[in-house]
Amino acid sequence: MTLPQLTASIQRVPMFRDRTNAIATTVLGAAIVYASYRFVTWGVINAIWSLPQDASSQACRAIRGQGACWAVIGERLRFIVSGAYPFAEQWRPAVACLLFVMLYAASAVRAWWRWPLLGLWVLIPASVITLLRGGVFGLSEVPSEFWGGLPLTFLLSTIGFAVAFPFAGALALGRRSQLPAIKGLCIAYIELVRGVPLVTFLFMASVMFPLFVPQGLTIDKLLRAQVAFVMVIAAYVAEVIRGGLQAIPRGQYEAAASIGLSYWPTTILVVLPQALRVSIPALVNTFIAFFKDTSLVIVIGLFDLLGAAKAVIVDPRWVGFGVEAFLFAAIVYFGFCYAVSQYSRHLERVLVGRG
Amino acid sequence: MLHIDMQGVNKWFGDLHVLRNITLGVERRERIVICGPSGSGKSTLIRCINRLETHQSGRIVVDGVELTDNLARIDEVRRNVGMVFQQFNLFPHLTVLENCTLAPIWAKKMSTREANDLAMHYLHRVRIPEQANKYPGQLSGGQQQRVAIARSLCMTPKVMLFDEPTSALDPEMVNEVLDTMVSLAAEGMTMICVTHEMRFARQVADRVIFMDAGEIVEENEPYAFFRAPQHRRTQSFLSQIGD
Repeated sequence: MTLPQLTASIQRVPMFRDRTNAIATTVLGAAIVYASYRFVTWGVINAIWSLPQDASSQACRAIRGQGACWAVIGERLRFIVSGAYPFAEQWRPAVACLLFVMLYAASAVRAWWRWPLLGLWVLIPASVITLLRGGVFGLSEVPSEFWGGLPLTFLLSTIGFAVAFPFAGALALGRRSQLPAIKGLCIAYIELVRGVPLVTFLFMASVMFPLFVPQGLTIDKLLRAQVAFVMVIAAYVAEVIRGGLQAIPRGQYEAAASIGLSYWPTTILVVLPQALRVSIPALVNTFIAFFKDTSLVIVIGLFDLLGAAKAVIVDPRWVGFGVEAFLFAAIVYFGFCYAVSQYSRHLERVLVGRG
Repeated sequence: MLHIDMQGVNKWFGDLHVLRNITLGVERRERIVICGPSGSGKSTLIRCINRLETHQSGRIVVDGVELTDNLARIDEVRRNVGMVFQQFNLFPHLTVLENCTLAPIWAKKMSTREANDLAMHYLHRVRIPEQANKYPGQLSGGQQQRVAIARSLCMTPKVMLFDEPTSALDPEMVNEVLDTMVSLAAEGMTMICVTHEMRFARQVADRVIFMDAGEIVEENEPYAFFRAPQHRRTQSFLSQIGD
């Protein structure tokens, strides 16, 4: 190939079509290559993966800036996953995580979408709470202030969604109700809750709520946070479901009416199944957002996965290794969110495919 | 007693007077075809019979039950009156069989087995029992409309309303649906059909009604209706559809 031929074939690539494009492509390409090179050098080539026998962070300190110290993850993994949970009892948070992952996996199998699955959704969160709390079956009692890390993330998001969902359905239907009182109440709730930042809700649950209850009555802080999440998620999911309801053509209601179905059978058997199917992408979007927003409980002194990762670098030995800890937390979040998003795309294909 | 009795029925959509003083009596087992230009109020008229639309004045009595705001009575009328829509309106998330058994199970409290037997019986009647476990989206338009007819029949209605049942179909599928309707008529079902299928009107109707601008302009038995339409608007309509 001669030089002119080479130039000609390069110019056929859209990114090199004219001078401006060619310059932009070259500059950006060089920047990407350089950044990747720096990242790989830092994260792989110069990185330290494990600590010497004496477990000192000396070696890591020596290469600060030139190489990553992944050893901090290995060293502090149990803390990141379990938070401040008593060290000797940390098998319990581990089993809790496992139970949640099993619940997600079981729920993903469409052949198992039967009533017993609903029972599993009650049973598993209940056993996780029992397991973490202890005080029965010879398990030592661990107050919820010590719960943290990944189980807390799972707990807040999963229970938050599961409990919020029926409320959200009721709110969405209520907002379309022809009874002005119900409609007004639902609109007021949704708009009020959506209009206030989540952090405010958590503060109210944590700081203000105790002021309004009688002395001596204390309600667990985690429970208060969980209720705050349920309230907020319900408002958002209600709007998602309402969007789905609006996508159902009038003909569906008329057909149901014409064969003598009244409001509830029409709603539950005809309208909601279709509306929820249409809402899957938006529901998943909301779930992913709240899965990550559980990190905000840090403002009221609870430590979920991100909070625990952040707490690692408070340890004097590991001050300054935040990048590694945060990257690790990011990878875990990304893993779960990506899996959820892939599954929802699969679900849409399957459910829409049959028309 | 008349099966369907409409007396001086009026309806407005805002300022638009869509039904003007409609008085129409339908005998038991009578087959009526309603035709007329679009916007003439013919669909609105039959939708008033099962109260998908409310009328603002006049009386509508169906099988001895007067339609008012009383929801229980409306449900009673709807259980006795089947309707087939232009757009089929099948439930896309349910199989053909489930479409047919839904109302018998939930509105008539029938057992699932009974409802399944009933549904299969009517799917045989419309000649698509082999499609029972497919979803509506997998069927042709003609098949979907036959399922819609079977779904209505599963409530064993005494009256069937057809709202332009063949207008959304490809031409080659019109006949399979019309044939089903003809055989229903032969069994003595009270039927009111809004349709432009004049061949069907000639073959099946006891009476053809022509509507324009919200009024019943002319009604007659089919032979006389098509041979010697009395009203100028009827003549012009019939010449336009060029049958």
